[in-house]
Amino acid sequence: MKPTSWIRWKKRLLGRQGNDGILGRFFLYALIVVIGFVYLYPLIKMFVYSIKDLEDLVSPVVEWIPTKIYLENYRTSWIVLNYGKTLLFSLTVTLIPAAVQTITTSLAGYALAKFKMKFKVVVFALILVTYLLPQQVYMIPKYVLFLKLGIMESAWSILLPATFGQGLSSAIFILIFYQFFRMQPAQLDESAEIDGANPYQTFLFIGIPLATPAYLTAFLFSFVWYWNETYLSSLFLGESLYTLQLRLINFQSAFSQAQGISQTIVNESIRYAATILIIVPVLITYIVMQKWFVEGIDRTGVTGE
Amino acid sequence: MNRAKRNNLVGWSFLSIWMVGFLVFTLWPIATSILYSFSNVSIQGSGIVQVWIGLENYRRIFSSAVGFDFLKSVADFAIELLFKVPIITVFAIIIALLLNQKIKFRGLFRGIYFLPVIIASGPVINQLISQGAATIPLVEESGLVDLIGTVLTPDLARPIAGIFSQLIVILWFSGVQILLFIAALQKIDHQTYEAAMIDGAGPWESLWKITIPALSNMITVSVIFTVINLATFSENPAIGHIKRNMFAIDTGFGFASAVAWIYFLALAVMLGLTVFLVRGMQKERARR
Repeated sequence: MKPTSWIRWKKRLLGRQGNDGILGRFFLYALIVVIGFVYLYPLIKMFVYSIKDLEDLVSPVVEWIPTKIYLENYRTSWIVLNYGKTLLFSLTVTLIPAAVQTITTSLAGYALAKFKMKFKVVVFALILVTYLLPQQVYMIPKYVLFLKLGIMESAWSILLPATFGQGLSSAIFILIFYQFFRMQPAQLDESAEIDGANPYQTFLFIGIPLATPAYLTAFLFSFVWYWNETYLSSLFLGESLYTLQLRLINFQSAFSQAQGISQTIVNESIRYAATILIIVPVLITYIVMQKWFVEGIDRTGVTGE
Repeated sequence: MNRAKRNNLVGWSFLSIWMVGFLVFTLWPIATSILYSFSNVSIQGSGIVQVWIGLENYRRIFSSAVGFDFLKSVADFAIELLFKVPIITVFAIIIALLLNQKIKFRGLFRGIYFLPVIIASGPVINQLISQGAATIPLVEESGLVDLIGTVLTPDLARPIAGIFSQLIVILWFSGVQILLFIAALQKIDHQTYEAAMIDGAGPWESLWKITIPALSNMITVSVIFTVINLATFSENPAIGHIKRNMFAIDTGFGFASAVAWIYFLALAVMLGLTVFLVRGMQKERARR
């Protein structure tokens, strides 16, 4: 082999800059795929196991490919979770708080971004404190307050704080809106003012339409976080009301009380089927709106400057 | 009315809903929580009965079995953080570097790596762990976990073995951090790399001399996010104590409030220490 062709080969394999050669590319893709698999592994296993019948489940030879598709697990967990009714309630304490929290935090973010106000620094400090202080610290007086207000063990205990911008991660959303509204050019507001619009009209007809990406991102994250929250909701909703997630925590006892199921003991296939039923709503949302989740963080300027 | 005054008023009108909420649902509860932590609180037919007992609740945390249980779970959590925060941070940086390359299906991979953020609720993770879907069999079968148990003292071995058996779950907590680092990477000017290359720097040197320093602020942000995210995760045993003590007959709201405040103080110290360490390491690096 001539030296020049050797060098050419070397360049093609190893590349000029370390990662543009064939070997480098191969290594890069291998790494990304392997790590991606680590992420997907629990989901794949969950799905495969959820369609196994008891025979496949205990069989040592059946691991990744079940001998048949067995949907009884889904039927059972559908009944145990009381899926239709529970889903409806879950959505009530997820979609509504997410929507109202988005609106309230956007108002606060707009105020901080557009107006010279007294005590603005104090407000910022308070917002940061609410982010750093864990909810656990003040949830006990909140519990007492809700008892006094008579909204304990009702959806209002979730809805009311969200309405007033004190819901889950409200601080983060205020900061998102603050960053976003701050980036909007001030000239637009000024020309609206010259045309005779008052500040509220300016907000409605210029602020909101231009901030649609921020609204969508805040709403989606709020939705997902409310969906996944269980610590506070289990405290405030009590025993009689339950979301899908809370139902999963008490799956065992719910199973023993359930009527009209053919399976007699809870096995892992049934549990996996229930878990899948619970992540399906957010999973579908994610697949449809993926762009807004992943790019939203960058686009809304959460990452700061 | 002059312009400044009007601006102030309009601004506050936008902020008013949040402000009312803050006073009622956050500030008042925080103040009451402090009072509770110094009191014996019980619910009776006539309402809440609050008796001031000074530091008794706090003294009990450090002198009773219930208190020791809680303190132990906080200590365990601190050791966990010691391992999890570096693992998550380093891992997130590596993934962000990989995903920032020009690769095919970049959107798909990003989607996969961010997926856990969407579905990882406490109960779901709990199911995955208890049914064994969160461990890769290879890690278990390699005997690594048993080996750790024989080499180290049980107190240290427990959290470390836990980390290996939950590696997937740990990686599942890095979705947001990966996106933060990708955003920071995209803000680095390409010309910096080109200039460095002309000066003879290889990719390895560029990584340490350009990329990592440019990420330094984001590393701090990501570390803070990681600590808070892990600390308030609903399956964290330490915060489980707060809720359990609320309704236990021998403890109640007062004791639980004190536990919550001790937890917050411990968290603040941990957060301060980690940020101090991260910042210190960055300064050290900058000096060299």
